[in-house]
Amino acid sequence: MNFDLFFQYIVAGITYGTIYAVVAIGFNIIYNATGIINFAQGEFVMLGGMTAVTLLRYLPLPVAVLAAMIITMLVGGLIEILFIRWLYKPSVLRMIIITIGLSILIRETALHIWGEGVKALPYFTGTSVSSIKLGGVFISPQVLWVVGISAVMVALLNVFFSYTITGRQMRACSVNRDAARLCGINAKNMVTLSFMLSAAIGALGGCIVSPITYVQYDSGTPLAIKGFTVAILGGLGNSVAAVAAGLVLGILESFSIWVMPAAYKDVISISILLLILFVRPSGLFGSKEAGDLKEF
Amino acid sequence: MRSRIHFALFGLVAAVIAVQQVTAYTGSEYYLTQLTMSAYYSLVIVGLCLLMGYAGQISLGHAGFFAIGGYISAFLTTHDLSPLKDGGIVAFLSKAGLLSQRTDLYGGQLLTVQPWAACIIAIFATVVIAYIVGGPVLRLKGHYLAMATLGFGTIIYRIAIGTTALGAADGLSDVPPFRLLPFLEVSGEMSDRVQNYYIAWGLVILAVLFSLNIIHSRIGRALRSIHGAEDAANAMGIDTARYKLNTFVLSAVFASVAGVFLTHYNGGIGPSEASIMKSVRYVAIVAVGGMANLWGALVMGTLLNFLSLRGYLGTYDDAVFGGILIIIMLFVPQGLLHIDVFRGLRGFFLRRPAEKET
Amino acid sequence: MKAVTFVMVSILCILMMAASPVLAADTIKVGAILAVTGPASFLGAPEAKTLEMMTEEINRKGGIMGKKIDLIIKDSGASPEKALSFAKQLIEEDKVLAIIGPSTSGETMKIKNVAEEGKTILLSCAAAEVIVNPVAKYVFKTPQNDSFAVIKIFDQMKKMKISKIGVLSSNTGFGQAGKAQIEKMAPEHQIQIVANEVYDKAATDLTAEVTKVKASGAQAIVNWSIEPAQAIVIKNARQIGFKGPIFQSHGFGNIKYVQAAGPAADGVIFPAGRLLVANELPKSNKQKAVLMAYKKDYERRFKEDASTFGGHAYDAMLILTKAIEKAHSTNEEAVRNAIENLKGVVGTGGIFNFSPQDHNGLSIGSFEMLTVKKGKFVPLGK
Repeated sequence: MNFDLFFQYIVAGITYGTIYAVVAIGFNIIYNATGIINFAQGEFVMLGGMTAVTLLRYLPLPVAVLAAMIITMLVGGLIEILFIRWLYKPSVLRMIIITIGLSILIRETALHIWGEGVKALPYFTGTSVSSIKLGGVFISPQVLWVVGISAVMVALLNVFFSYTITGRQMRACSVNRDAARLCGINAKNMVTLSFMLSAAIGALGGCIVSPITYVQYDSGTPLAIKGFTVAILGGLGNSVAAVAAGLVLGILESFSIWVMPAAYKDVISISILLLILFVRPSGLFGSKEAGDLKEF
Repeated sequence: MRSRIHFALFGLVAAVIAVQQVTAYTGSEYYLTQLTMSAYYSLVIVGLCLLMGYAGQISLGHAGFFAIGGYISAFLTTHDLSPLKDGGIVAFLSKAGLLSQRTDLYGGQLLTVQPWAACIIAIFATVVIAYIVGGPVLRLKGHYLAMATLGFGTIIYRIAIGTTALGAADGLSDVPPFRLLPFLEVSGEMSDRVQNYYIAWGLVILAVLFSLNIIHSRIGRALRSIHGAEDAANAMGIDTARYKLNTFVLSAVFASVAGVFLTHYNGGIGPSEASIMKSVRYVAIVAVGGMANLWGALVMGTLLNFLSLRGYLGTYDDAVFGGILIIIMLFVPQGLLHIDVFRGLRGFFLRRPAEKET
Repeated sequence: MKAVTFVMVSILCILMMAASPVLAADTIKVGAILAVTGPASFLGAPEAKTLEMMTEEINRKGGIMGKKIDLIIKDSGASPEKALSFAKQLIEEDKVLAIIGPSTSGETMKIKNVAEEGKTILLSCAAAEVIVNPVAKYVFKTPQNDSFAVIKIFDQMKKMKISKIGVLSSNTGFGQAGKAQIEKMAPEHQIQIVANEVYDKAATDLTAEVTKVKASGAQAIVNWSIEPAQAIVIKNARQIGFKGPIFQSHGFGNIKYVQAAGPAADGVIFPAGRLLVANELPKSNKQKAVLMAYKKDYERRFKEDASTFGGHAYDAMLILTKAIEKAHSTNEEAVRNAIENLKGVVGTGGIFNFSPQDHNGLSIGSFEMLTVKKGKFVPLGK
């Protein structure tokens, strides 16, 4: 394998990895606030992409993306209020099943609204054929958009959780909900907020990757499985680690096709997930003690 | 207690016979086709109900075990061994009477493994895989357990859809009938319909009988204690890990047997049988029936699969299952047969805690 | 105990409910098993729409020989076990004259025996050659053979002096059947396969795969798939700077893929039925009238572009109606014999000439080499 080729694979891996990481961050936000894994996270990504494509007919691209984020955010909030907010200390099993049910319902609704066809937003800059040549390596401008926007997003999230009152309140809820409530934080609103935030992030992710991956009514679930893998790989709840884990998995996947048929690519990533679960459930980057303390 | 169970079992047998008699009488025996297929899916569900309801462990990968059974027996009974006829292993198998010669639809000669042998190999493989996977997986809890089983199911699905020898996306076809006894055969032929209906339901009844015996024994009490409070059970000296693992393997075997039989009945298997959506459906049905309610799971399994296989749900098939999952889990987490809808509804509208989780 | 009573009552209720026998006098029952939802919905959905549209049209004109068509569409979601259950239902209960579909090869192969046993005509909309080879008495198919498409592509390559190719295919029945044909026929056309990759049909980025092909020194890429992923192949190939021609299979015949791929799709060469270039065909072309009519009706009614997939269902229904008219009967045996003797039926996929040995009826001439110019399909070399 020559040098250029090696880097071409790295670039491919970074593209996959960033996409997975965006989904994983959505998982983490809800997990942090509620201890729930939202199996419908992939559907938020799909909804964002689909809505933006539809709105593009009437609005310019940046406005359409923003509007799609807001709409998906409202859907996320609505889902939380209707299906989760009023449950009293639901068991993990029950929450898993409810969110799986939601994911199926959203997907089937999307099928009946948008039909079965593939859709895509146009490239933010340039076209599907343009690429930037760095040495012998070709990079699509959209990849730079995806990486750039994701980086900004992670940075903003960090600022939000560290420096704003609301962000700190959400963190407080994740550490100890009862104590947070005693301090006068409305824990229920924080949960709703976390759903809205993660829906918006999912939608943004769906918009920025849709020129590369396309979007279809059923494209949410495969993304959710990958995102979930990455979230666990990085250690549930840790968004910065999720980005790192996403890149690791993406690059592994892109190199895996040298050694085995591409059709088994998913088998590799999921086997890694299972191994991690068995050996080090706190994730690659999570601390063991913290992992043990988490309630499941 | 005992007599009630026997009474219920007797009722089930009576119901099975009555349905067949009614269809024969009204000339609508074609319903038996879907009832037979539903029975095999119900077999998976009975096993999953033991695991989820009684041992309290979720599995989002049970379609994987179904597919392991189905694919192994389909592959062995359709893969032509005649080019290897003179090879050592094939010659040995042939001497041991494990191979059978048959002519395919177009007059070609096929030398394949005998269905009985294939069935036993498939079940054996399932047991081995279930032990290997179950050991580490069942040490996990909650989301991690759900994800690990989902991951297992996905791997099986990927292998089924990515392997050319297993027919990739097309799956395997032309699986021969499975002759259980000289006069009893699992096949999709219309003339064999009634006997297949009884084979399938006979299997379900056996599984139910076996499961009930487990539930109402020491093992069953141990399992329920795991569901209730695993640490407490452990402290009482119950080897919870072993009980969980054995239940997992047992439910995997139920799924695998269903896979073997349904594959022979359908004459083939495709990757859709291994899909995540299938696993989710099984979980949905157990949830609807009431987690720890074998009868409920059986009823709902038969009913929902029957409706789905007859195409009554149209293009809303998956949506119906998704909707059922949500509604049941929101309002009646104890299952449909424990109807307490009004309390649930009141909780929803008054925004009050509906009920405490058990 | 309550539960058991509940089982009995519910099952009996269903039986009673469904057992109400209504046999509308004098209709022709036609079943259709199509993957309207699920992973193959891009095939099944346009097929179902086409059939609904045609049935309405035929019935509005008074039906065939005065009998209206009663179309029963079942959504299999591309799962073989459902297709099988539906096939048995349609044959035994509804006693349909013929079944149109299924959409995928895997499903078709599973119900082939059921149709044979039930002596019901099966007009498959799936492409794999095993469906009609060896010939089963009651089983027909309307899409063109994969091997014709491969020969067309290889002929074109010879003209372009291409001898080393990289093959990409998706892990579906369609992709794998095409790959097998390419591997089989490449040597006799003096073409060398220097890279051969299979990818997942739900893939979202294929840069790694095309990079491997590019590194192998292939002069051209041949991609064989029917899913949206094929648009990703072209895009990624161009992005990493692959300059050679890209060939696609007849599965590319859906303008949505061209739109999704954007400018990258320009210059893609692929064989397809003439539906896609109906506007550009000369007036002398025999298919032009049929193609234009179907395209116009479909696009007006459903507000989306017609694809060759819907065309397969169109052809199936067309063949069935022609056969019924020719046999002048709705007897299964008579209609089946009539199909075998149909000659010169002008459909969307080509001109069908059936015979007892050929249950597809299309020749290599049914394919036209097309290319993409500015986001539109045009005949190659024009």
